[in-house]
Amino acid sequence: MTINIGSIAPVAPAAPAVTEAQRPKRSPGTLPVSLATIIAIIAAWSLASAYGLVSPLFLPSPLIVLKAIYSVAVNGFVDSTLAQHTLASLLRIFAALAAALVIGIPAGLAIGTSRIGKGILDPIVEFLRPLPPLAYLPLIIIWIGIGEASKITVIALAMLPPIILSTAAGVKSAPADFINAARSFGATRLQILVQVILPSAIPSILTGTRIALGAGWSTLVAAELVAASRGLGFMIQSAAQFLVTDIVIAGIIVIAVIAFLFEILARLLERWFVPWAAHR
Amino acid sequence: MSVLSLQSVSLAFPADRDSRETRLVLDGVTLHLASDEFIAVIGRSGSGKTSLLNLAAGFLKPTSGRVSVDGADITGPAADRAVVFQDDALYPWLNARDNVAFPLKLRGIAKGERRLRADELLAKVGLENAGSKNIWELSGGMRQRVGIARALASEPRFLLLDEPLGALDALTRTRLQQFLLKVWSESKTGALLITHSIEEAMLLATRVVVLAPNPGRIIADIPASFGRQLLGGKSLQDIKDSPEYRRLHDGLTGLIHADSEEEAA
Repeated sequence: MTINIGSIAPVAPAAPAVTEAQRPKRSPGTLPVSLATIIAIIAAWSLASAYGLVSPLFLPSPLIVLKAIYSVAVNGFVDSTLAQHTLASLLRIFAALAAALVIGIPAGLAIGTSRIGKGILDPIVEFLRPLPPLAYLPLIIIWIGIGEASKITVIALAMLPPIILSTAAGVKSAPADFINAARSFGATRLQILVQVILPSAIPSILTGTRIALGAGWSTLVAAELVAASRGLGFMIQSAAQFLVTDIVIAGIIVIAVIAFLFEILARLLERWFVPWAAHR
Repeated sequence: MSVLSLQSVSLAFPADRDSRETRLVLDGVTLHLASDEFIAVIGRSGSGKTSLLNLAAGFLKPTSGRVSVDGADITGPAADRAVVFQDDALYPWLNARDNVAFPLKLRGIAKGERRLRADELLAKVGLENAGSKNIWELSGGMRQRVGIARALASEPRFLLLDEPLGALDALTRTRLQQFLLKVWSESKTGALLITHSIEEAMLLATRVVVLAPNPGRIIADIPASFGRQLLGGKSLQDIKDSPEYRRLHDGLTGLIHADSEEEAA
């Protein structure tokens, strides 16, 4: 026999039958600790307000913040309800995300697949990436005014680098055999790009999108500083100017909750769109 | 009848990065594969077996010499030379059927017809019920059968098999060897199999080619008829017990072994 020793390992059955009793117990993970931490922080916050350790002007109690959220939701703040502020912000985020994906994915494909594309786009991305969006916001306003377009542009610009870079990284992670297989079946360059390289890059693009959403939220507040009449960032800014601290904290909590929901949504999309990524 | 030819082919790689020196991987290899032949190439690691296949596929260009099909130089990979890879290279975002249909999709064949032909090919490799399975739900042996069906879907004149059974366990491997033999005999394509296994080469090939390393060169090209005997219904055990099988096995082992002793000295 000339079969080498290494190849004699038995192949695992396609669907191993594991009964409930055999299944290893899942460790409880970090969730209980995290929950305890959150409860501890809220308790400390309540105590600090209840005993007057911090002036309510700086730190209103959790109850007051909850009431503020309710009041903004029902009565509104500076002419808009919480839903309207949230919707205005979400529309900006999604418009910017759409623009960033439409520009960023082709740009990332160009960087990942072509020497000339990389040569042209690399300096632009590397120039943009480390810049804080606040630095170029005034310039964007000079160029395209204080309307909706400038806010969306700034958010999109903040989202572009992570999407471009993750697409390019995804392209480079496409296994050489995947590409060679397609070539040996007579695929054209365009067919390889669309049917092999792009699908290979999708898990990485989704990761980039998650990072981009994070960058988008941080830029949103800055973008809504300027001449907005609606939006969560605008709401926080206006409340801060009148020292309505409970609404400031309410706005922060709403943004945090939405960002958290986005993260869960992104993970669900990942599991649904690219179930194979977990099996690579 | 088509012929895939490598004529006095040499291949040199840069010895290392930033170096002008080159290392000769293959030296003056001449090999003709007719479309009714099954050539197995054996040799130790570093003998340039996989480079030989990559040249035939068109993934690599020879440093000197010619690679041609029916006298016309090849310009790169093409659908007449389909490759089956050791790591299956199946696309995990497609199910088994869509993987098999992939070469048909590239040619712009309509969806209904693609599906029909893919199901036919899956049935041919014994996986008629696995069409809508995800790739990661299949065992290693099933994956390789999907890979072979996919290569056949492109209706190649030559099948280039890069150690497709190398990562499988011994039992699955023996089963797939006989399966591969049957598929080849029915498909009327030429086959070029790269393998580490002398036994596999002898049982499948109509010709066994031995490569010696440093630089890779052909040191033997021996006809074999065991595959035909197996297809004719003779049992695997009878074949392995026959004196001619043992003689060739010893001879080939000697060739590869002698070469490694020479290197050790």
